[in-house]
Amino acid sequence: MPNNRAVSAQKKIDVAYVAQLARIDLSEEELKTFETQLSQILDYVEMLSRVDISGVPETPIDPHLPTNVLRADEPRPSLDRALALALAPQASGHLWVTPKVVES
Amino acid sequence: MNAAHWTLSDLRRALRAGALTPSDAVEQLLQRIREHDSKINGYLHLNEEAARRAAAQADPNLPLGGIPIAIKDNINVAGEPCTCASKILRGYQAPYDATVITLLKRAGAIPLGRTNLDEFAMGSSTENSSVTTTKNPWDLQRVPGGSSGGSAAVVAGDLAIAALGSDTGGSIRQPAAFCGCVGLKPTYGRVSRYGLVAFASSLDQIGPLTKTVEDAALLLQVLAAPDVMDNTSRPQPVPDYQAALHQDISGLKVGVPREFFTEGLEPCVKRAVREAIDWFRDQGAIVVDLSLPHTPYAVAVYYIIATAEASVNLARFDGVRYGYRAPSPRDILDLYLRTREEGFGPEVKRRIILGTYVLSSGYYDAYYNRAQKVRYLLRRDFEEAFKRCDILLTPTSPTTAFKIGEKNQHPLAMYLADVFTISVNLAGIPGLSLPCGFSPEGLPIGLQILGPHFQEARILAAGHAYEKAHPWVRRRPTTLGDGQ
Repeated sequence: MPNNRAVSAQKKIDVAYVAQLARIDLSEEELKTFETQLSQILDYVEMLSRVDISGVPETPIDPHLPTNVLRADEPRPSLDRALALALAPQASGHLWVTPKVVES
Repeated sequence: MNAAHWTLSDLRRALRAGALTPSDAVEQLLQRIREHDSKINGYLHLNEEAARRAAAQADPNLPLGGIPIAIKDNINVAGEPCTCASKILRGYQAPYDATVITLLKRAGAIPLGRTNLDEFAMGSSTENSSVTTTKNPWDLQRVPGGSSGGSAAVVAGDLAIAALGSDTGGSIRQPAAFCGCVGLKPTYGRVSRYGLVAFASSLDQIGPLTKTVEDAALLLQVLAAPDVMDNTSRPQPVPDYQAALHQDISGLKVGVPREFFTEGLEPCVKRAVREAIDWFRDQGAIVVDLSLPHTPYAVAVYYIIATAEASVNLARFDGVRYGYRAPSPRDILDLYLRTREEGFGPEVKRRIILGTYVLSSGYYDAYYNRAQKVRYLLRRDFEEAFKRCDILLTPTSPTTAFKIGEKNQHPLAMYLADVFTISVNLAGIPGLSLPCGFSPEGLPIGLQILGPHFQEARILAAGHAYEKAHPWVRRRPTTLGDGQ
């Protein structure tokens, strides 16, 4: 797959494919509505392709942002397990219960 | 007079003088909320018992001792809901305090009530809330702005002394402008984001919505601090914001960016902001006409970067560990697909789809990478401007509050409403909105003051000087009782 696929003039997102990636089960109606709306938005953002970015570094770092904020690798108190489990839609002992993950 | 009508500063003075107790203040506020909030639906949840307990123990000698503060419903307060106005977080009860809440409590403040917002802070009108529609206290047919519409509405309607909001593309400043109150977005990194439900991690900031600029300074004093739990927070020294309010503004260089005064600006907004600029000039400020040339690209840059970041941040809402879970899932994939389909509202889904797309293989360079480069240019525009001026003055929004339902059919039209606030988040600089007049229909108009990174003291001082000479704050909406 090319790393810089040319963006076609008529902007259309394959909404069903992207929705699958985003793990959202869109309805038929939503697929149609979003395709139209997102197409309009993509047409709008197309203006960025006309900006002269020749002077911009390849990785444009904001100098105001901190870098490499680290701490010593020492254990610290964390979220109380009981409080966390209390939020579980379904729990068993100290485990969250989910539908099966592995194919049988 | 019910203490709900007071400013934070006045309430603090009264509490310290013993004129009333924190319990009195909380009861008076709760009474006013009970009587009037149903007209505007600002609050999603009221924790009366917790507030009463805190009030009984409050020490008025602490910096915010006994002061009730309304909290936007995307900031975690331990033991309380944090719905983000989304179905997907119904039933969630926060197991921890956000750092800003820890700081407020340590300063003696009382979190009281959780306010409505656009779902996951995505919106400019609070119409995207899955729970209720908040109304602008100045005109109940109009929106309060968004996404911190609930916080702005309750402050403007005197159903709160002050509130916390969050701002990713204007979500504190624009509702402040629409509702006629003060809203401050601090410099990115000034206030910890730990405990704020993340929307766009390189843009989000928590900030105060208040009745006066001084109140915003008092709140910011408590909120501004580096935090080990947020590694984007900066250890910049925190000045005395209240003392800094009284800086002399004569000689201040005030930049006026041309791109913020083009067509599309409502005439009354243009007039009110021009008059404010003239006032600064009359005080001895030097007005500098300048350009922020990449302004027309800001909305496009934002809707690529913010949606990309949101698609990542909202991946955690999957029905597994907390919140809504779709019933009877066949398998784990079905759980994800249906939980998120049923749990998210349309605007959230739209933005997740767009964000996923612009990050996907084959499109990352054309969209996300390019947007980050244009962002660099936007930030550089501000850096160049601040070489020639100390602050920038602009309208906060091109229009006054629009009618409920007017813009929510057209996502792009709604996005364009943020044009004056959005580049501020992209650059990371601080921005203050305060009232500068009213439209012929009686709707508030917001003036936006921008400064360089970590210059909140300067923009607060400029705002305070303007506000002292223009007591717009004395005019209150009449839809919520007679001011008693």
